[in-house]
Amino acid sequence: MAKLIFELSSLGHQAVTFPPSHLPTVSFDEFENQGSIDLPEIAEIDLVRHYIGLSKMAHGVDTGFYPLGSCTMKYNPKLNEDVASLEGFAKIHPLQPLWSVQGNLKAMRHLQDALSEICGMDEFTLQPAAGAHGEFTGMLIIAAYHRQNNDLKRSKVIVPDAAHGTNPASAVMAGFDVVTVKSNACGGVDLDELRSLVDENTAALMLTNPNTLGLFDPNIKEIADLVHEAGGLLYYDGANLNAIMGLSRPGDMGFDVVHLNLHKTFSTPHGGGGPGSGPVGVKAHLIPYLPKGSYLKDLPTLESPPALSIGRMRSFHGNFLTTMRALTYILFNGKGLKEVSMNAVLNANYMMHHLSDVYTVAYPQTCMHEFVLTLEKEKDQYNVSAKDLSKAMLDHNMHPPTMYFPQIVHEALMIEPNETESKTTLDEAITLLKQLHQTMIDDPAYLQNAPYTTPVLRVDDVLAARVPILKYHKE
Amino acid sequence: MGTYIPHTKQDQIDMLTSISQTWDTLLSTIPSNVRLKRELNLPEGLSEFEVYHKMKAYASENVVFNTILRGAGAYDHYIPSVVRHLSAREEFVTAYTPYQSELSQGVLQSIFEFQSMMASLTGMDAANASVYDGATAAAEAIAMSYERGRRTILLSAALHPQTIEVIQTYTQELDVTIKMIDTVDGRTSIESMSKQLDESVCAVLISHPNYFGILEDVKGFRTAIIDSKVKYIVSVNPMTLGRLANPGSYGADIVVGEAQPFGLNLAFGGPYLGFMCTSDKYVRRLPGRIVGQTVDSQGKRAFTLTLQAREQHIRREKASSSICSNQAHCALTAAMYLGAIGPQGLKEVATQCANKAHALASKLEKIGYTLTYKQPFFHEFVTTTPISTTLIEQTLANHNILSGLILDDHHMLWCVSETTSDDKLDEIVAILKEVHHG
Repeated sequence: MAKLIFELSSLGHQAVTFPPSHLPTVSFDEFENQGSIDLPEIAEIDLVRHYIGLSKMAHGVDTGFYPLGSCTMKYNPKLNEDVASLEGFAKIHPLQPLWSVQGNLKAMRHLQDALSEICGMDEFTLQPAAGAHGEFTGMLIIAAYHRQNNDLKRSKVIVPDAAHGTNPASAVMAGFDVVTVKSNACGGVDLDELRSLVDENTAALMLTNPNTLGLFDPNIKEIADLVHEAGGLLYYDGANLNAIMGLSRPGDMGFDVVHLNLHKTFSTPHGGGGPGSGPVGVKAHLIPYLPKGSYLKDLPTLESPPALSIGRMRSFHGNFLTTMRALTYILFNGKGLKEVSMNAVLNANYMMHHLSDVYTVAYPQTCMHEFVLTLEKEKDQYNVSAKDLSKAMLDHNMHPPTMYFPQIVHEALMIEPNETESKTTLDEAITLLKQLHQTMIDDPAYLQNAPYTTPVLRVDDVLAARVPILKYHKE
Repeated sequence: MGTYIPHTKQDQIDMLTSISQTWDTLLSTIPSNVRLKRELNLPEGLSEFEVYHKMKAYASENVVFNTILRGAGAYDHYIPSVVRHLSAREEFVTAYTPYQSELSQGVLQSIFEFQSMMASLTGMDAANASVYDGATAAAEAIAMSYERGRRTILLSAALHPQTIEVIQTYTQELDVTIKMIDTVDGRTSIESMSKQLDESVCAVLISHPNYFGILEDVKGFRTAIIDSKVKYIVSVNPMTLGRLANPGSYGADIVVGEAQPFGLNLAFGGPYLGFMCTSDKYVRRLPGRIVGQTVDSQGKRAFTLTLQAREQHIRREKASSSICSNQAHCALTAAMYLGAIGPQGLKEVATQCANKAHALASKLEKIGYTLTYKQPFFHEFVTTTPISTTLIEQTLANHNILSGLILDDHHMLWCVSETTSDDKLDEIVAILKEVHHG
């Protein structure tokens, strides 16, 4: 186990120093820090080795296969990083006068127009900082829209049981009550139940399509009509847009608001958990509600909010450098974004097909970009859980799929290979998963105790939560 | 033209054949009534070379100023080479949230170290793994503070205006009342707060230094907030903690802020780095990811995401926040920055910022500018200007200097950091003096 950076500290070391200044020192009297500052003191070479050591204990897309369902761990092009480090983007103050940031504004406009075309929407804001932030933005827009129409009783937001946890949480932050609609036997929204839930109190339906089972809802048009006829709006969780670019557009399906995750579909890196970026697209009737700080067509400055704006979602103009990476990716692919989605679908179906003779696919019809295995049977027969199987993959330089999600599938493993993986990689993963399935039968204990070769072995999560140690304590 | 898909045409045919599908059957699950029956109206893809130059052309249309005297929530500091190189390590850049702890100890430990540094700097018990930015950190802190029957929050009128706006946005659909605490001479009035403190109040939020750079009477506020059900939330620029007493020492309950000054580019406003720290008492109310220390099956020290029972993926509609991602890569960068400059470096940067800002203020006073507020400040200050602020901005821009922020026609909010040399300050004042007298 690596030492903590604090354990490398030794008095008097400092990697980076500053040019001298000879001005008189200001005294802050009663505001002054009287104690010492407890930060590590390290020479540059030791700092470098510390972080290189940590990087070797991290697994990224560049390290190995990462079929983490719903998170879309596709290759992050190096070109994106070069663009994001251009001085003309990286060294611009967010409050510079407009005449000095024309390049940024044009690039933002370019991205907003491209996203509008890809999604079939009329306008986009780049302000939201992540997908969940985009959801919150979208739900505030929906609340403001109904209020503006004096439609005050619409307090209900309908969310499928297979939805991302962020959906219901975002709806509640926007003041709504959440009602869950069940999935039907084919994994889509249960139309009959939806009919019974949709009424004059319905503010919106939040939907991911293809959904978290990787299935395109065949009834999407009827669903949209049903909600619209009742006066509700349709919210599109764009987490899975990577499956349908150039094939189908949320705007054409009938959605009024969409959020995207640029770090999924548009190849911007996840950085160990962020930053993401969650642009929100709307149809024309919702443009007046977009957040302050958006760069919209008919507004003279970044600071003049749309007429009925919900207000500002965060400081400044969003995760700008992340949006520039996404624009780079869109320019690179152009119309070829369709091939991106087609190959994502191909790779998922290829893996699903070749695993299905050994594993149980929860919904075995043709999928889009991802599919879900259930290990319920294996759990019963061999006492090997989805988690155990996942931990065994860690010894083979493969990041496991998303575990235990969606919650409607027991012992779920959600596999999303994505289009940037080669046939060879997929074949290797299929072989590995089949081998591990055989091991499950021959030697279940091997999986129950995995992993064996990682920097630490099975981690005690229960202890971590029971006795929280959330910062370094000096011995 | 370009593609990141590694399949050859033959691979695709082989794969389709092996699963008994064609492209048509494969995509047939999309019903025809929602199929896009034309190509996307986008240009053909470009080569890497072309894309780079197109993006570079956009970047070149922006002005990169040599000297930046503007802060107001985004701060120009030197970013050491070692920070830029280490943070670009691909294993960090291309990883996801560390759900599989055994494979992600490097990311988890880096976040744990970030949390430790922030908790230590602010003098608090714990920090989360970060949130979107300083403004949303403040809004999330407000959401932590609600109690049964207590939904009124008191906000200093000297908070960053965008922070106030974000809090208004975040709370607009909830049963929350926002009341503003007045300022007197640029400083938040304790008297104004005390008058509004009643049994409906759950939180008081002030910024120290405040939007105008002024140091608030942080101890006075603590003393005046007698009701233990009221959370005392302080927003700080963490760079100032190289010199200023930490909020834990004067009794803050929750500390938030924007850690962009720690090694992150100005980047036209993002990605930035919101941080949140609190005492043990409120730690289970913290939103977002938190990394904890534990052991593995062999008893070896290990790290993992913890206290997840608070979060949206478990609690769904009962979660207090929908936040899912954090700014992990920004947090990593900030920790590297602090590791690179150390405690002495932080003190040095903070001191140079303060000294240079005070030097610029007194030099400006000598040429007819007046300090708008007669209050102690850190490295930002407001002047009343003898000439129009637009003229100041334009004049300095002609010398590739970004002036202070225009507040109105005759008020400007200045900021000086360690990146402006002593000599440069004289040059700036000389330029302004010429306009003034010219």
